[in-house]
Amino acid sequence: MLNISCPFCGEREELEFTCGGEAHIARPLAENQITDAEFADYLFLRDNTKGVFLERWRHAAGCRRWFNMVRDTVSHEIIEIYPMGELPKSKQGKAAYEACWRRNTAAEAAAMPKKSRAKKGK
Amino acid sequence: MFKSSSKNHSGGDMRLASGGRINRDKPLQFTFDGKTYGGYEGDTLASALIANGVHLVGRSFKYHRPRGIMTAGSEEPNALIRLGEGAKIEPNIRATQIELYPNLKSESQNRWPSLNFDLGAVNSVVARMLPAAFYYKTFMWPASMWMTYEHFIRKAAGLGKAATDHNDPDRYEKTNAHTDVLVVGGGASGLMAALSAGRAGARVILADEQNEFGGWLLSESDTTLDGHAADRWIADAVAELEAMDNVTMLKRTTVFGYMDHNYLTMMERVTDHLGETPKHMPRQKMWKIRAKHVVLAQGTHERPLVFGGNDRPGVMLSSAVRSYITRYGVAPGRRAVVVTNNDDAYRTALALVDAGVYLRAIIDMRPAPATPLVSEAMRRGINVYTSHALVDAEGTRHVGRAKVARINPKDGSITGDAFYLDCDLVAMSAGFTPIVNLHSQARGKLDWDDQQLCFRPSTYHEAAQCVGASNGIFDLGDAMADGAKAGAAAATAAGFKGSDAKAPQVDAPVQDYRPLALWKVVSDANPGAGPKAFIDFQNDVTASDIKLAVREGYHSVEHVKRYTTNGMATDQGKTSNINALGIIADQLDDKIPNVGTTTFRMPYTPASFGGIAGREIKGLFDPIRGTRMDQWHHDHGATFEHVGQWMRAWYYPQSGESMDDAVQREVKAARTTAGLLDASTLGKIDIRGKDAAEFLNRVYTNAWLKLPVGRCRYGLMLKDDGMVMDDGVTSRLGENHFHMTTTTGGAAGVLDWLEEWHQTEWPELEVYMTSVTEQWSVSTLSGPNAKKIMNKLGCSVPLDDENFPFMSFKDATLAGLPVRIFRISFTGELSYEINTPARLGLALWKNIMAAGEEFGITPYGTEAMHVLRAEKGFIIVGQETDGSVTPQDLGMDWIVSKKKDDYIGKRALERASMSLDNRKQLVGLVTENPKDIIPEGAHAVLDPNQPMPMEMLGQVTSSYYSPNLGKSIAMALLKGGHKMMGETVYFPMIDGQPPIKATITDTAFYDPKGEKING
Repeated sequence: MLNISCPFCGEREELEFTCGGEAHIARPLAENQITDAEFADYLFLRDNTKGVFLERWRHAAGCRRWFNMVRDTVSHEIIEIYPMGELPKSKQGKAAYEACWRRNTAAEAAAMPKKSRAKKGK
Repeated sequence: MFKSSSKNHSGGDMRLASGGRINRDKPLQFTFDGKTYGGYEGDTLASALIANGVHLVGRSFKYHRPRGIMTAGSEEPNALIRLGEGAKIEPNIRATQIELYPNLKSESQNRWPSLNFDLGAVNSVVARMLPAAFYYKTFMWPASMWMTYEHFIRKAAGLGKAATDHNDPDRYEKTNAHTDVLVVGGGASGLMAALSAGRAGARVILADEQNEFGGWLLSESDTTLDGHAADRWIADAVAELEAMDNVTMLKRTTVFGYMDHNYLTMMERVTDHLGETPKHMPRQKMWKIRAKHVVLAQGTHERPLVFGGNDRPGVMLSSAVRSYITRYGVAPGRRAVVVTNNDDAYRTALALVDAGVYLRAIIDMRPAPATPLVSEAMRRGINVYTSHALVDAEGTRHVGRAKVARINPKDGSITGDAFYLDCDLVAMSAGFTPIVNLHSQARGKLDWDDQQLCFRPSTYHEAAQCVGASNGIFDLGDAMADGAKAGAAAATAAGFKGSDAKAPQVDAPVQDYRPLALWKVVSDANPGAGPKAFIDFQNDVTASDIKLAVREGYHSVEHVKRYTTNGMATDQGKTSNINALGIIADQLDDKIPNVGTTTFRMPYTPASFGGIAGREIKGLFDPIRGTRMDQWHHDHGATFEHVGQWMRAWYYPQSGESMDDAVQREVKAARTTAGLLDASTLGKIDIRGKDAAEFLNRVYTNAWLKLPVGRCRYGLMLKDDGMVMDDGVTSRLGENHFHMTTTTGGAAGVLDWLEEWHQTEWPELEVYMTSVTEQWSVSTLSGPNAKKIMNKLGCSVPLDDENFPFMSFKDATLAGLPVRIFRISFTGELSYEINTPARLGLALWKNIMAAGEEFGITPYGTEAMHVLRAEKGFIIVGQETDGSVTPQDLGMDWIVSKKKDDYIGKRALERASMSLDNRKQLVGLVTENPKDIIPEGAHAVLDPNQPMPMEMLGQVTSSYYSPNLGKSIAMALLKGGHKMMGETVYFPMIDGQPPIKATITDTAFYDPKGEKING
């Protein structure tokens, strides 16, 4: 059983947490036009990496806060824990982030709001 | 030197006149298979049985061979006992671990009709027809017969019988602990590790599976520490450790599991040794430990030699024989033969002689051993046969003579004529295996030691260190120094200043720890016909089985294990692993390290389910939630059903009423006068913050920004794949404040869902969600007389439709109680969902019932609620939906905004596949015969006479008899259903009845125009 350091509560047993699966899957906004196939990639495809993997976790039986984790799925070593909305800082975490096939896909590009960018541009 | 030849003394005929750690002032009586025997406090069941000359204690698993006590520890594969009486019966307990208590009751297992005469032993006669993987091979054809075979196989399989009374009267506890250093094993090296770490100030837990600390030191009479008997040093060390506040000493505690991040589980047998469990104490306690560092001092297991009849009662491990003599003051036999491939058994031989046992000979397989121990044995006049082996331990229910022959120590072939030695005890030793089970569970790696013939720990996956014998260091002095060093290192790693505790001066026989590498004596009989030589005693796996598996092509050790069952189950290869590997390697003409080893699994020794469950049984297994009105429902005869974790009132049968009668009466009352439902279980979430409306706009499919304060709106939530996830009514309490309701079962999931989206996708929105489900009690009053009852109760706000329209709410007082009334309806009738602070719920409910009495108000349960909403065609998420249903499929396109930029599920609904004509769509069904009720889940077909497999259109999701319409109604998800209005479909029945014929209709069966909503 993993020993997980919740960024808000400190070290707790794994059974207080739930794993929310792969991290850094940007959600394409409905206002942006992408193909059904590109949308399906976002909706259905999840990696099952053997090795360093970026995951979302939630302290379900504690503070109920979400956070990100860089974890080696073979050794179960927890390499880094970092807040939602941020990118990993560890070398292994960065490498795993960059190596992910999602980077610069149409679905990821479509996660940027068009209108708000236009508004800000005014 | 036996205590007495008289048969009536209490300690047993084979009890030695002196010695042992038993308390001779405390004689105890116990029974085995109904016969009463005597023993002493400090005995195990095994030592007490041996003291009484009882060696035959069970029958083996497959061949029902007579089996005796082979070991003196938790590795015992044979002596599995059924212990206790009535509901306290526990099967498969090792006699070597059962501490004797007054009036202990025990029984042998796996025998019928009796231990001495067992019919199953016929398996032994036909053993040549029961080779490895017998079941796989024999019962494969014809496949149709499997059901017949299985019946008999199941009857014959399994070891031991559990209690037939399942109400275990004992209490079990669980506890969590954090520690700097966990030391597993309280033998010589474990005690040293604990001393080092404890003196450094680290928090230490020392766990040992036995009833006292000291390990094998307690069984050695030829060893002194600092010039004194070993037990004096043990007592000093234990006293020092017990005096330390930072050290927890746990006896009778087995560490049975080692998991990630130094998480270990152990079972403490708190009161098992007392027989009667004191009321204030648990029977067992499971510990869950998180340790910064782990020191594994588990010691070794001695290996049996592989020769014919090595499983016969009276054949024991050499170290066990020594333990029974030294620790328990018992002679395991009167005429002994020692057989060995190493030095250690010579110490047993000397102990036997010292105890007055007639030692026939030492049979040493080594060609020319010349060590101090061998010289000592010869000096004492013991017959030593070198280059000899024991070929067969002959006898029936006990060994009677040993067949001995000269061998070629290189290949094990017999080179001379055999001769016989009469004996009733064979002490055997094939060398020692470090116990690496926990190390292996923790994914530690092993290296093969070509000198000591064993696997030793090499690299570690967790912060752990094996020490002493379990690290392959067999010399006592070195092992103790090893423990001291590891204890200090562990304390240092945990942030303390550790230094090695000084090991005592050890005086023990000098030993050569290199056994002869000879795994099996070649039999002089034809292959398969010779006496059975066992590798895994518990699973009845013989040397021939292993060889057969290899011959049949199973070369991977993992395959051999599964094909033969060697090292499986509770034994986990404790005594069998290395012998099996040696034989596989021989057979493949390869080396053991190339063959590899199997992975040891948890648990190290079996852990009771009671301990694992702890207090989480019965009512505490899964908490049951009840509303504040629960007692009233019970008092009024309600039956209950599970809804999520809740128990909800299902229906309220009056005397003589069937369920159908009661539900029909309740449904009718709600439409003709008034019904009252306990709706407190509905999920309720308080949502506030300046972006609350925007947040709702994104999680619901419809528009929320312009909902006026004081009004309510029905909403549908989708997952991002466009499928319906939950529904409910949400009300605007203030500009930035909403009250959301969810389905009863979905409440926790919806709150998690909202939090997930807020925290991970839209953290820029200022919104706060709080569950208030249990803060409110809800009574839903519904029916044409609802308003009259409300007025009678003195409702503080006007109830006319202009002031208080449908889909709005008011804060008010009712019957003098503070309430928030929602005018929403799940029945289609004029309806008030009256919320009151939870503690006032019962008072409000009773007031409403009293006021409604003159109108014939009727409490109704969840079943009637289902019928009422079905009459209106209202869906229930999870009944009409199953995770593959969109709002359009439900005919609820009206609730899906076309204007919003985005909401969860919007893009998914635009996928081409979402608008296909043949999607399953929700429709109503009216049966041709109004009394036919289609079973829920029934499949629809267009032509019931088509050949099978029929083309299915879809399935019925809800189906009831509607008393208000006087006919059967149903809803179904049918392919292309929305375009099939008025068509006929059939529902073939599995019970042979004719298909039910039905017409497809709209789902609004009752009051389709909604005219009843205002009463």
